[in-house]
Amino acid sequence: MTHTVLIGLGVLIAILTVVAALGLLPSLRIVPDNTHFDFTRFRRISFPISAALSIVAITLFFTHGLNLGIDFKGGTLLEVKAKSGVADIAAMRTTLDALGLGEVQLQQFGGPENVLIRVAEQPGGDAAQQAALQKLRGALGDSVDIQRTEVLGPRVAGELLAYGMLGLMLAIVAILIYLWFRFEWQFALGAMIANVHDIVLTIGFMSISQVDFDLTSIAALLTILGYSLNDTVVIYDRIREMLRRYKKMPMPQLLNESINSTLSRSIITHVTVTLALLALLLFGGHAIHSFTAVMMFGVVLVGTYTSIFIAAPILIYLGVGEHREDAPETATPAKKNKA
Amino acid sequence: MLYFTRWRALGIILTALIVCLFALPNFFPEATVKTWPAWAQRRIVLGLDLQGGSYLLLEVDSNYVKKERLDQIRDDVRRTLRDAKIGFTGGVTVRNDAAEVRITKETDVQPALAKLRELSQPLGGLMGSSGQRDLEVSDAGGGVIRLSIPQAAMLDRMRKTIEQSIQIVERRVNELGTVEPVIQRQGNDRILVQVPGLQDPTRLKELLGKTAKMEFRMVDTSVPPDQAQQGRLPPESELLMSASPPPTPYVVKKQVLVAGGDLTDAQASFDQRTGEPVVSFKFNTSGARKFAQATQENVGLPFAIVLDNKVISAPVIREPITGGQGQISGNFTVQSANDLAILLRAGALPAPLTVVEERTVGPGLGQDSIEKGELAAYVGSILVIVFMLLTYRLFGVFANIAVAINVAMIFGLLSLLNATLTLPGIAGIVLTVGIAVDSNVLIYERIREELRGGRNAISAIDAGFKRALATILDSNITTFIAAAVLFYIGTGPVRGFAVTLGIGIITTVFTAFTLTRLIVAWWVRWKRPQSVPI
Repeated sequence: MTHTVLIGLGVLIAILTVVAALGLLPSLRIVPDNTHFDFTRFRRISFPISAALSIVAITLFFTHGLNLGIDFKGGTLLEVKAKSGVADIAAMRTTLDALGLGEVQLQQFGGPENVLIRVAEQPGGDAAQQAALQKLRGALGDSVDIQRTEVLGPRVAGELLAYGMLGLMLAIVAILIYLWFRFEWQFALGAMIANVHDIVLTIGFMSISQVDFDLTSIAALLTILGYSLNDTVVIYDRIREMLRRYKKMPMPQLLNESINSTLSRSIITHVTVTLALLALLLFGGHAIHSFTAVMMFGVVLVGTYTSIFIAAPILIYLGVGEHREDAPETATPAKKNKA
Repeated sequence: MLYFTRWRALGIILTALIVCLFALPNFFPEATVKTWPAWAQRRIVLGLDLQGGSYLLLEVDSNYVKKERLDQIRDDVRRTLRDAKIGFTGGVTVRNDAAEVRITKETDVQPALAKLRELSQPLGGLMGSSGQRDLEVSDAGGGVIRLSIPQAAMLDRMRKTIEQSIQIVERRVNELGTVEPVIQRQGNDRILVQVPGLQDPTRLKELLGKTAKMEFRMVDTSVPPDQAQQGRLPPESELLMSASPPPTPYVVKKQVLVAGGDLTDAQASFDQRTGEPVVSFKFNTSGARKFAQATQENVGLPFAIVLDNKVISAPVIREPITGGQGQISGNFTVQSANDLAILLRAGALPAPLTVVEERTVGPGLGQDSIEKGELAAYVGSILVIVFMLLTYRLFGVFANIAVAINVAMIFGLLSLLNATLTLPGIAGIVLTVGIAVDSNVLIYERIREELRGGRNAISAIDAGFKRALATILDSNITTFIAAAVLFYIGTGPVRGFAVTLGIGIITTVFTAFTLTRLIVAWWVRWKRPQSVPI
């Protein structure tokens, strides 16, 4: 089935390619040429909104907390498939509750035969976790196929969490240093603020949605960091170029021009990234579901917004171009273009 | 920007082609690839989450190692002081990571210190140049001498323990007949074991969970076990329980006649008379001599075969055993006899190992993940390709060619590095497809802008490339930093993601700077366009 569909799509692409190569397609302009939207003015709205959202996210983090996955919390996780084709969750719960392992979480996923079993970390160190696994395996017996097992002792879980957090900090600092070398310090600081903003909001999202916070979440956060910065850097690059070229343009206008001229690229790139993520979200299976969901939120929703509404306008507050005289608009690129 | 010398163009194409070709072995059956030259055999390794298998992280008990060393120090101190005829009171106590002894006579303290200092050896053997020693002997005042293990000595000991443990673990894992297990040291006190294809690591854990310290000792017949249990235990003996149920106590002398290290071979077999499973063993020459001597001196008395401080059996010596071989019987099943034989052949672990992390994926789930990952990759790529065609038409075709080569190059580099592909790794490739077109988008949008700025076609293309490439480099380096950090902190699947993401960035930058530019340059030379259909 899938193969036929794929072959069909392949043929479609081939045809489209030929048509496109011959120039028979109309050119798609997602963002009209000569867009001049006043993004910078929105800083009076976007900054308070972002500040409020960040506070909400932080509050959520402290009240709701994150749903720590087994990587960081320790314990046992089993993914089982009922041999009969339909898992009897109620019976399973009764059997597993009788083991005296504390709270046993059962969760169906994918189909009626798949069950995810989670058991919290047992008191008594690493050996106790292994004993719990042994008990679980014994109790489940031959009625299920065990597809996946994860057992983490308390110390390893603690280390992974510490390591993950350290990595996140390390990445932010490393990127900051790189930006500091490539741009002026205000840019590095602006990117860093935008960065932290992205991570804070994404953590808020993880807190609301209660997706498992595990090693792959750290991977997602780092990727979000990378791509959000990617976007920010593209805009900053343009701002720097404009600063050199138009010595007398007022800062808000210069920022607007920069954002507008890179807007088409920002949007097209986000469409392609969204398409790729969408495919992963819909077809990639549950193993990477939370990973892609978090990434979708961070890259697509937050990342784009941040680079346009936070990272660029914040440069005004950080004093970029302060020394510039607010000269009359004699050299705007619009006029120059028309010339 | 649009001018390439013939040699440069050739170089670019050859580089891309060669890198792509490295991906080839992945598309042929393993048997076919085996007949190729060795340098062409590199292929992508599937991670445990895709091919199924077990991942175990074992920890060497550092407290055990320390305690063992302190016990040894205590025995050494006793012997040394006794040999030197120096009296001490209250025995040698082990506490606070050190051994302490109280010398009875004030005048004996200095000679005792001198004698005990002889126990201390330079670290790193005789060739040790660090000046550090494996034991610190100090006068704690009030006649008390303190012997403690310096930090460096402890680390050195742990390092050796880990090295030995890895050897033993390797031998035990290999006995399971698994394919390409990976056994690595991790950090100061951990060993990582990856066994592809192993679905249930229970037996592996059982094999690794035993230190398998085997000893032949005499049973102390001077005290019946029940009296010994009530505390009437001779100082040179200890009370040990039987290995098989019901737990039966034995009084066993502490002195070891022969230890497991003297075994050269062990095999599971069946007893010729009773037909029950037994383990037959062979000693090396020195072991055989010791065993012969011991059995000659003790005919008619029981001796105990002790494994990890449990008595497997305690047969009576009927006649001297001089042939250097024998058999152990002890309520074995075929499986447990086999396991014991494996453990004895592989040798004893220097310290117990604990499983601190375990991850197992069944082959069914792995296959399922591969299929899902592939489907997502196809769908994602198709969506991106169609979108690019619709947006940039002819230049979309150029972009798609570049992205296709880009992905082929990712596979080539992954093969070249023998990298591990995991499910998040596949996600990384899909994401790279989404991102790789970004470099094209940056270039094309810049060309559009330059066209709007009033430049002619060729000059706009030229300027578009020139200006966009700097941005492409800057923006990709930030993502690369994130990938590098992720690679450094991540393990398993996450590291797989970092690898594909990082490699994807490298190939993306390469294609943007060379291939895309080359394709457009060729098109410009061929078409001499007056306008750009972008």
